Parts: sequence; structure tokens; C-alpha cells
Amino acid sequence: MVKTSLDRKFDQIKKREEEKSFSIKKRSRIVSKFLNNRLAVVGLIIFTIIILASLFAPLLSPYDPMRVDLRSMRQAPSFDHWFGTDSTGRDVFTRVLFGGRVSIFIGLGSAILSAVVGIAVGCYAGYKGGWIDVIALRISEIFMSFPQIILVLLLVSITGQSLFNLMAIFILTGWGGMYRLARARMLSLREEEYVQALRSFGLSTFTICYKHMLPNALSPIMVNITLSTAMFILTEAGLSFLGLGVPLNIPTWGNILNVAQDILILQNYWWMWGPVGLVISVFVLCVNFIGDGLRDSTDPSQQG
Amino acid sequence: MKKEILKLRDVKVYFPVKAGVFNRTVGHVMAVDGVDLDIYRGEVLGLAGESGCGKTTLGKAILRLVEPTNGEVTYVSKEDDETELTSLEKKDMDPFRKKLQIVFQDPHSSLNPSFTIFGSLQDPLKKFGVNSKEERRKIIGDLLEAVNMRREYMDRYPHEFSGGQRQRIGIVRALCLDPELIVCDEAVSALDVSIQAQVLQLLMQLKKDNNLTYLFITHDLSVTEYLCDRIAVMYLGRIVELCDSEDLYKNTLHPYSEALISAIPVADLDKKTKRIVLEGDVPSPVNPPKGCPFHPRCPKAKDICKTEVPTLKKYSTNGNEHYASCHLIDLPEIS
Ligand SMILES: Nc1ncnc2c1ncn2[C@@H]1O[C@H](COP(=O)(O)OP(=O)(O)OP(=O)(O)O)[C@@H](O)[C@H]1O
Ligand code: SF4
Ligand SMILES: [Mg+2]
Repeated sequence: MVKTSLDRKFDQIKKREEEKSFSIKKRSRIVSKFLNNRLAVVGLIIFTIIILASLFAPLLSPYDPMRVDLRSMRQAPSFDHWFGTDSTGRDVFTRVLFGGRVSIFIGLGSAILSAVVGIAVGCYAGYKGGWIDVIALRISEIFMSFPQIILVLLLVSITGQSLFNLMAIFILTGWGGMYRLARARMLSLREEEYVQALRSFGLSTFTICYKHMLPNALSPIMVNITLSTAMFILTEAGLSFLGLGVPLNIPTWGNILNVAQDILILQNYWWMWGPVGLVISVFVLCVNFIGDGLRDSTDPSQQG
Repeated sequence: MKKEILKLRDVKVYFPVKAGVFNRTVGHVMAVDGVDLDIYRGEVLGLAGESGCGKTTLGKAILRLVEPTNGEVTYVSKEDDETELTSLEKKDMDPFRKKLQIVFQDPHSSLNPSFTIFGSLQDPLKKFGVNSKEERRKIIGDLLEAVNMRREYMDRYPHEFSGGQRQRIGIVRALCLDPELIVCDEAVSALDVSIQAQVLQLLMQLKKDNNLTYLFITHDLSVTEYLCDRIAVMYLGRIVELCDSEDLYKNTLHPYSEALISAIPVADLDKKTKRIVLEGDVPSPVNPPKGCPFHPRCPKAKDICKTEVPTLKKYSTNGNEHYASCHLIDLPEIS
């Protein structure tokens, strides 16, 4: 058969289509959708800047966040002290940078650890069902209905304030939400036929639910991790502001904000609390933008 | 001489129906309600019936994907060793899981979207002792070629394939441990008619090449005639007729099968058949009707049908065994 030029053209198009349609990977679609979301990208950029600035704080600031300098107390922002100095002469900008380390560590760390606990329990219980599921569900309800602030007060009065205690409380009260999310996903996934197929090979429960099913449950969980990071950072700030959070000698965003309890400072020295408050708000907002972007880009029902 | 590969005796699968605040069991869905069935080595046994009559559940019960509430499923090996499967511990099932496999209905949920084909198929192979990666790749590659796909496809994700291709990958998965019996659960119903034919042909080819036995589940009696050696017709969790596929069409005994067959579209316009339209829906398997479960819809129902449950009896048509459960069959019963 003689090939006309049209035939050849079709062959080319077909070849190109085959190559193209097969080179597009699932991941790249999610990434490109995320990148199309302006707010999420802006959020991601600012988020990265704040995290990098906190990590490399010693390079960015010549001051020690803890060193008291009584000669330069309560100075307004200047070229030397971008955010001014506090009542004991410490550079507020430096403290915000170093405080970011701890605050972000607490927020992200608690969110990730509670996700790990929630996923570990939720996947297994959701897949297995039966009495394991019922018990896990009741336990999570107990933890979720426990008021955080009372837990904090209790633990602070028993063991004293510490970073570890605060994180432990965040995880205790936070894993329930993650657990429910993971469980709900598993309940719908376990009826999928590929799961039935794996079961028909008699693969172990662990392999089936953690290796084969979990990746398909991850995207809502990722969204939830970002959102709870924001929430934990806010809660830490709130608790530290009240003096119940991280011990005051460790700089965190909440502890820096703590000085605003003094009405004198609140009225006269705005730089001691204003910038840090702004940083907290911006950071939390960015994390929320990222979360929203992730949700939109991974939600299969919104695929365009 | 026909030899059994699987013997089902009085298999029942009941799902509890829960309701109320305390999640109490208020009744049971009798999805499979006392099935006796022998499947012979090397045959294609069709399992037909309306949606919801329990075909999938019966198939899953054979593989113990759902636990039978009652009854026995006995596997007979090539050497005539019999093993009752439902009473085995989970881990003792493993040698039989290799022999019994399933191909699913829905090509969209039958493959894991997060893994490449190789990624999701390699774990079963690993579990059954294929330890080197090269060997696993070779097995899967060979099977892909056996179903007319390219070897390289094993490194692609499911979303890159069409429905027909996915279904063939599902077949690869069922074949990868060299099984003896495959439950094909409406393996082609979700596909285009042209692709259906392709996949069916492939299935028959594979059967010949690998000495397979099929339990071929379908709700479409027009496909089964050419594929199946025997056909079992199911209604509300029970088998109502079981015979050679030719006899089912020529010497139909049960009114329900008659109705199903009359519903098959005929290409030949001259051949006028009277279509029997079944009235009403399939009754709920939670509260099946008293007497013959088919009586509310049966065009031939008599008084006896409302009170007495017909049992599956053995008759002979065309010199072949022919089982049916209906009060109104005027053939001599064979013991
Ligand atoms: N896990 C379950 N829990 C409760 N009821 C179930 C479950 N699985 C199936 N059923 C019920 O059992 C009955 C038989 O279902 P089954 O899926 O076996 O039907 P089927 O013949 O395969 O139908 P289809 O042709 O639609 O696939 C249905 O009434 C169904 O609602
Ligand atoms: S027993 Fe009666 S109701 Fe049932 S199929 Fe036969 S004739 Fe119909
Ligand atoms: Mg079905």
C-alpha cells in the first residue's frame, strides 16, 4: 500500500500522541494544578522564606536572641535593630527569627506526629473494621472531646511547663481528627476491587493497608497536616501568650507576644508585639493557602 | 471422565442488616442462600441471573473474600485430594489462593492508581516465593505479552490505559500465579461490544493454553451460549436451573430462565419470539417471598408455589443431566 502524504501526517500525529500521552505522569498533573493556583504559590514562597530565615537565623542576625543588653532597652526600630529591642534590650528581629524555629517546629512537628499516630490507627482500624474499629473510634472521641486548655493546665501543674509537654498535648488532642480522616478514606477504599484482588492473594493486612491503600488516602491527610500546622502554631501562640505554653526563657512567637500583656508595652512600644503578631498571621495564612491549593489540586472531583 | 475441581455444598452467605442507634442486627441479606454446585476441571461454567441475585457474593465466597455463613467449599486437587476451604485457618489458605483467582467487573477500580502495573503485581509474586526482581519482571512481562500488550507497559500507571487494556491487566493479575480456576465476575460487561469480543476471545485462548477452569459470571445470557459448557441460573441467592448450555436454550425447564432467554435480543427478524416480561422488581433478599421465591413474578405460578419451596431436582434432557427447581415440570425425576 502506498502511503499518501496525509497518511504520513496521521502517522506522525499518532506517534506524537502516543509518546505524549504516555509521558505525562500523574504527579505532574497535580504539581501543575498547584502551580496554577496563585495564592498557593505565593503562600509557598513566603512559607519557604520564613522557614529558611528561621533556619539560618544566626547568619542573618549578628545578635544573640537571649543576651540582655541594658544599654539598648526599648529602642524603636532602627537600622541596627529592624524590629527594635525589648524591655531587656534584646533584638526583637533576632528573637522573631529564633522564635520561628521553635514555633514552626512545634506546629509542624505536632501536626506530623499526630498524623502518624492517626494514620497508623485509622488505616488499620478502618480496613479491619469490627471491634477494633469500634474501640478506636470511641477512644478518639474521648480524646477529641477533652478540652485542650484543661489538659494543658493539668500537665503544667503536674510536670511543669516544657516544650515536650506542649507537643504531647497537641498530639493527644490532635490525632483524633487525623484518625477519622484516615479511617473514612479506608472505609471507602477497602471495597475497591484492587484491594479485593490483593486479599485474594492472601497478602498480609499490613502490606495491603499501609503499602497499597495508604498512598490513595494521603492527599486529604496532607491537606489536613498543613491546616493543623497553622492551628497548632496559633494555639501555641495563644497558650504562650497566657504564660501556659513553652517556658518563657525559650523564644517562641507566642512568648515574644507575651510582653503585650503589659498595658504599658501594648500602648507605647508597638514594635515589641506588632511585627511578631504580623509574622504569625502571615505564616498561618500562607500555610492555609498551601493547604487550600493542595486540596484543590489533589481533589479528583475537581479535575479539569 | 469429568472430575470436579470445586464442590459447593449448601453454601450460604448472610449479611447482617444493622439499624437503630445501637446498631442492632435487625435482619439478614440472604445474598447466597444454600447453593449446591460442582465445578468440573476444564469447563466453563456460566453463572447467570439478574443484578443483586448474589452472583458476585458466591464468587467471593469461593475465594473467601467474604466468609460463608454456612456450608462447605471443597477443593479437589489434580491428585484427587480434597480440602474443605471454609474451615481452614487464614494462613493455611495460601496454597489454595494460588489455585483460585478472580477477574473483576469494574476496570476503573480494579487497579491501584498509585502504583505502576509492576508495582502492584509484584507483591503477590514475592509472597509466593519469586524472589528475584528480574524473574518477577519476566513473569509479568511474559503475561502482558500473552494478553497482547507490550512488556514495557508494566512500568506505566493505570490511568494511562483504556478500559479494555485495564481489563487485560486484571487478567494478567489473575494469571500471575498460574491458577487452576478463575472466577470471571462480569469480566467484560463494562466494555464496549467490540472490545468485549476481543477480551472474550483472549480469555478462551488463555483457557486453552493454561488448562484453566472458569466460573463465568454474567447477567447477559446472550454471551454465555457460545462460551459456556454449562450454565447455572441464579435467582435470589439460589440456583434455579443448571444444565448444559445448549439445553438451557433448547429445553428450558424453569420459567425464570425462560424469561431471561426471551429477553435476549435476536438479530434474525423473521424468527419471532414472544418476549416474557417479568413484572415487578427482584424481591428484597432480606425478606424473600414464602414458597417459591419466584412466585410473585412467575407467569405460571399456581397455588402450590405460594406455600411450598421447590427443591433443585435432577431431570434428563437430551440425555444430559438437567437440574431445575420448579413444581410444574412434568418430566420424570432422576435420582
Ligand atoms: N458487603 C455487603 N453487605 C451487605 N449486603 C451486601 C454486601 N455485598 C452484597 N450485598 C447484598 O447481597 C446481594 C447480592 O449482591 P451481589 O453483589 O452478589 O449481586 P450480583 O448478582 O453480583 O449483582 P450484580 O449483577 O449487580 O453484580 C445484594 O442484595 C447486595 O445488596
Ligand atoms: S415453582 Fe411455581 S412459581 Fe416457582 S418457578 Fe415454578 S411455576 Fe413459577
Ligand atoms: Mg456482581
